[in-house]
Amino acid sequence: MSKVTNIIAAGLGGQGVLKITDILADVIFRAGLDVKKSEVHGMSQRGGSVSSEVRFGDKVNSPMVPAGEGDILVVLDISQLEVARPVLKADGILITPEDVPTDKLSNPKALNVMLLGALSAKLPEFPEELFIAALQKAFPEKLHEANEAMFKLGRNQ
Amino acid sequence: MKLLASGNEAVAMAALDCGVTLGCGYPGTPSSEILDEFSKLGGSAEWAPNEKCALEVAIGAAYTGVRALATMKHVGLNVAADPFFTIAYSGTPGGLVVISADDPGMASSQNEQDNRRYAVSAGVPMFEPADSQECYDFLCAAFELADKFRSPVLFRMTTRVCHSQCIVERRFAGKPMAEKAASFTRDPKSNVMVPAFAKLAHKRLRADLAAMQKINEAGEFFSVVNGSADLGIITSGISYQHVLDAAPEVSVFKIGMTYPLPIEAIRKFAAGVKRCLIVEEGDSFLYEQIMAAGIAVENKPEAFRFGELNVSRVRKLIAGDLTPEPAGAPGKPPQLCPGCPHRKTFEVLRDLGCIVSGDIGCYTLGVMPPFNAIDSCVCMGASVTVGLGMRHTLPESEARKVVSVIGDSTFLHTGINGIVEMVYNRPATGHVVLILDNRITAMTGCQENPATGRKLDHTPAYAVSLENIVKGIGVDNCDVIDTTLETEKFAELLKTRLASNDCSVIIARRPCILAMAKMAKMGKN
Repeated sequence: MSKVTNIIAAGLGGQGVLKITDILADVIFRAGLDVKKSEVHGMSQRGGSVSSEVRFGDKVNSPMVPAGEGDILVVLDISQLEVARPVLKADGILITPEDVPTDKLSNPKALNVMLLGALSAKLPEFPEELFIAALQKAFPEKLHEANEAMFKLGRNQ
Repeated sequence: MKLLASGNEAVAMAALDCGVTLGCGYPGTPSSEILDEFSKLGGSAEWAPNEKCALEVAIGAAYTGVRALATMKHVGLNVAADPFFTIAYSGTPGGLVVISADDPGMASSQNEQDNRRYAVSAGVPMFEPADSQECYDFLCAAFELADKFRSPVLFRMTTRVCHSQCIVERRFAGKPMAEKAASFTRDPKSNVMVPAFAKLAHKRLRADLAAMQKINEAGEFFSVVNGSADLGIITSGISYQHVLDAAPEVSVFKIGMTYPLPIEAIRKFAAGVKRCLIVEEGDSFLYEQIMAAGIAVENKPEAFRFGELNVSRVRKLIAGDLTPEPAGAPGKPPQLCPGCPHRKTFEVLRDLGCIVSGDIGCYTLGVMPPFNAIDSCVCMGASVTVGLGMRHTLPESEARKVVSVIGDSTFLHTGINGIVEMVYNRPATGHVVLILDNRITAMTGCQENPATGRKLDHTPAYAVSLENIVKGIGVDNCDVIDTTLETEKFAELLKTRLASNDCSVIIARRPCILAMAKMAKMGKN
C-alpha cells in the first residue's frame, strides 16, 4: 500500500479549523495527488470541539485518520491538545499557537491562517505559491494582503 | 471535470446533471447541504415544512413524468414513512429518489437508527455510496433504475459519506440530461391505491424486486477485490474504505446496491474463502439477509454495532479483539451561543422550577449547565404532546409546572397538531406552550422556513404567522415577547399562565444571532 500522510487540525467552533483543512485539501488537489478530507459538522458551530482531517497520497481509502497514525497535528486552542493528541503518532509533529508569533496577529481571527503557514513549512513537497493561491481563493479580496502577511509570519518561523 | 467535493455536493451535482426538475426536503444533519448546493447550481429546490410534505410534493412532481428528489436525515424518513411505503406500490412515471442521510455515532441526532431496514420493509431498491464519486455515479444510476421500473429508489448515505470531501469526476458536467416536459396521463390503476388496485400493485412490486435482483447480480454495482482466500469480507458504504486500509491483503466483496442483494454473487464469493466476515456499520442488515439465504457468514461482534466504524475499529473487528476501546479525553460539548436569545428563556424556566418538555433544535442545549432546564426530548414536535400527557396524569401541583418548549421551524414541522390536541383534549390544569421563535431553522445551519418570509434561496416568500395559526386553532391566550429585553415581564407572564387553567401559547421572539450575521452578509436584512 502506498504511503498516506495524515494531517489533523483541532480547535473550537468559530476558530476556522475547517478553513485550514479546506485550503490544505485544495493545495493537495491542485498538486495532483489523491486527497480526502473529513470532519463532523452539526453541533460544532455552538463553540464545541471541532476537528478535521486530511489524508493524501497516491491512493487514499478511509477519509478518517486512524488513532495514533497522525503525521502532523495542528491545535488552534490549547484546551483541545489532550482531546486530539491520541490521533498523533509517537514521532508526529505537533503545531500549537505557541509555535507562531501570535503577538503579531493583525486580528485574533487570523490565527488559523498563521498556523496554516506553520503547517505549510512542514510540507515542503507543496510549493508556497500553491498555498498562497488556495488561501486567496478561500477568502474575500479585502483580506488577501493581511492573510498573506499572517501566512508568511507562520511559515517563516 | 474533476473537483474536490463532499458527498452532499456530489449528489447535488448529479441531481443537476441527471435533469432533476424539483428537489424537496426538510433540513437535517447530515443531509442539509444537498438542496442548498442544488439550488446554488441552478436547480429548483424547496424546504417543505416537514419530510412528509417534502416527499409528497416530490411524488406529485414525479407523477407528472419528471425526475424528482426528496432529501432528509434518517429520522426524517420516519415522518415521511407513510407516503414512502405506499409509493413503493404505485410508483411514479418520473424517476423519484429519496435520500436518507443516516447518522451512525449520532454526531447530531437523537438515535442511530439504520434506515437500510426501510428498503426491505417498504420493498424499495437501495443504493449505498462509499464516497463522493459513488454519490455522483450512483445517483445517476438510481434515476435510471427508477425510470426503468417506475419505482422510488432509496439512496442511503451516512454522515461520513455526506461530509467527507474526495475527488469527483463530474462526468456529465456541461452536458446535463434535458429535463423532461411535465404532463399528466390518467392512470388510476397505477396511481390510486384503493385495495383492488393496491393488491395488483403489491404483486407487481415483488416481481419488479426479483427483476432488480437479476440486474444487481450482473455486477454493475458490486466489485470484488481478489486477495487472500483465507479471509473474505463482505461490506458496503464507508465501511468498505476502512476495510481497504485495515486489511489490504484480504478478499473483499463490496456492494453498492444493497437491496435487493446480488445474493448469488455473494454465495459464490463466500464459497471461495475460508472465513467470510460481514463488516457493516449499525444493524446486522447484510448479515441477516445473507444468512437467511443459507450462506454461512460471520457477523461482527455486538460491540461494533454501536457508533461509527473506523480503520482501528475494523482491525479489532476482524481480529475478534473485544478489549474495551479507549474512551479518549472528552471534547468541549456544544452550548448555546453567547448572546443566544434562548438563554434568558431557559434561565427563567430553571428559576421557576418548571418541568420542561423539550424538542429538537439548538434549544435542546438548554439541558446543559448552567440551565439544566430540559426534562424530555423525543422527536420533532413531541414537546407539545408529551407535555400534554404529563399534564393529564401528574397531580395538580406538579402538572402546573409543565411547559412545552418548541422552536419555530419545529412547530411548523409537527408541532401544530399538538396545539389541536391541546384545545381538543384539554388537561384540567390547561397547558403552556412556549414557541422559541428565533426566525430561522438554526440548528442545521440557518435554513429558511415557512415563517421567515424567504424561500430556500433567500428570495422573498409569504411569511406564515405563528400567532394566526395558534389563534385560529383556538388557544385561550397568545402573547409575543422578547425574553432577552423583557426578562422580568416574561417571568411574570409565565407565572400567571401556569397558575391559570388556560391553554396558552407564549411566542418568545428574537432573531438568532448567527442567522442575523449570515443574512447581513447576504444583504438580506
